[in-house]
Amino acid sequence: MYVAVKGGEKAIDNAHALLAEERRGDTDVPELSLAQIKSQMGLAVDRVMGEGSLYDPDLGALAIKQAMGDLVEAVFLLRAYRTTLPRFAVSTPVDTAAMTIRRRISATFKDLPGGQVLGPTFDYTHRLLDFALAEDRTEGKESAQNTAEGDGAAMAGPMPRVTDLLGREGLVERETGSEAATATDTPAADLTREPLGFPAGRDLRLQNLARADEGFLLALGYSTQRGYGRTHPFAGEIRMGEVAVEIVPEELGFAIEIGDITVTECQMINQFAGSATEPPQFTRGYGLVFGRSERKSMSMALVDRSLRARELGEDIVAPAQDEEFVLYHSDNVEAQGFVQHLKLPHYVDFQSELVLVRALREEAEARRREAAE
Amino acid sequence: MPETSHQDQPTDGAPKDRAEWMGLLARAPERELEAAWQALASDLPEIGAGTYELLRGPEQGLVMVQGRAGGDGNAFNLGEMTVTRCAVRLADGTIGHGYVAGRAARHAELAAVFDGLLQTDRWAALVTDRVVLPVKTALGMAKAAKAAKTAATKVEFFTMVREQGVGPE
Repeated sequence: MYVAVKGGEKAIDNAHALLAEERRGDTDVPELSLAQIKSQMGLAVDRVMGEGSLYDPDLGALAIKQAMGDLVEAVFLLRAYRTTLPRFAVSTPVDTAAMTIRRRISATFKDLPGGQVLGPTFDYTHRLLDFALAEDRTEGKESAQNTAEGDGAAMAGPMPRVTDLLGREGLVERETGSEAATATDTPAADLTREPLGFPAGRDLRLQNLARADEGFLLALGYSTQRGYGRTHPFAGEIRMGEVAVEIVPEELGFAIEIGDITVTECQMINQFAGSATEPPQFTRGYGLVFGRSERKSMSMALVDRSLRARELGEDIVAPAQDEEFVLYHSDNVEAQGFVQHLKLPHYVDFQSELVLVRALREEAEARRREAAE
Repeated sequence: MPETSHQDQPTDGAPKDRAEWMGLLARAPERELEAAWQALASDLPEIGAGTYELLRGPEQGLVMVQGRAGGDGNAFNLGEMTVTRCAVRLADGTIGHGYVAGRAARHAELAAVFDGLLQTDRWAALVTDRVVLPVKTALGMAKAAKAAKTAATKVEFFTMVREQGVGPE
């Protein structure tokens, strides 16, 4: 327990002023603009939007600037901001099969319809620091311009999901609800409106994972690979690009698109030996996140599959399979809040502990004296 | 989704319905819509501040974006996005609506005004020619340029065939 204390207002004001000065840094260096953060620190913005669960690149850039690059703090700022806005609509589910592809790879099929498209990736770089980037290049516009072009028209062709290809042969499970895509839809659980409840449905789990801390998911996903709840995963497909967001405003009564968002999707394909009711087939883990975040979408897909242990009749023996453990600890806004609340005054609490420890020591001391006599 | 091949031909690419032009107006850069509005206002005495009145907004809010488990399963809530909406009434009573991603009051207002004008017999053809089609062409060209750069990274993977009896298995 902590209690409110009075006083310290002046010190707090001064601390915030000092923070502002520290945020600005060396005033001989030009101040960062939001446009610079948005266009040159885009992956940081993507992460903040994803974990902040609010897609708005301008706000993501502002949050990063305000938080001095502390991305978890920036996530907190976005979460706080979203509470100030009313919700106008819930979109129809985005169609990732119709994505404008900017990257699409499969580790399971080398030749797949639509082809493998690397897009802008860190893969195959040597992870050597590029000191050319350290130079001030005020007139470097041309050198950064990439002129390689391919057959763009071919990109407009169909890009079926790998899971659809396997699904045609019945070798991979079908998603529940995929037969009747819209008719039987019940409203999806929404943890921004209802607190977490257990057992959690997959809709609730996926929402939680989509906004979960990337580091937490990465470690959990890694743990499944190392043997803590093995799921034998293959990266069936990873795709990144833009999808249209469509809503049906009440006053219009028909669907309109309000714009496009960038998302990354991962389909993990996992071994499954079959059960009493299911034939041997591949099972699926799914990752979908705002922005360009391949590592997180892969981690999410690994953990999604692990959390399906109960549904698939697997023993729950590892942290990544335990939905209460995962869902209660995945949110970095909640986690940092509870960890950091330890900084708040616990004076009264601590005083009582102090009294207790002193009393115990006196008791122990008295016993020792008695024993010695 | 409009097909790319059609977007490359601005001459006969008029939107097939209201949903399509609203989607184009939502994606148009705000500065393009503003420039088009200013140009119309300076060319035509009937177009200007008095052409419409604000009915609602512009106001900011959220849209909860949904995905589907596995891409094709049951819906789940992916996360929210900011959106700005606006409704206007033209002098003849026509109501125009604008819904645009992000926090963009002026963009939503202009989208609503153009949506209103596009519903009228009097202005539909003119606004299609001077606002919607240029936007459609520009968006199509930007998309094609992006697609070409992406296509340049298309790759053929070759697997090495292992000789029999060699290797761990």
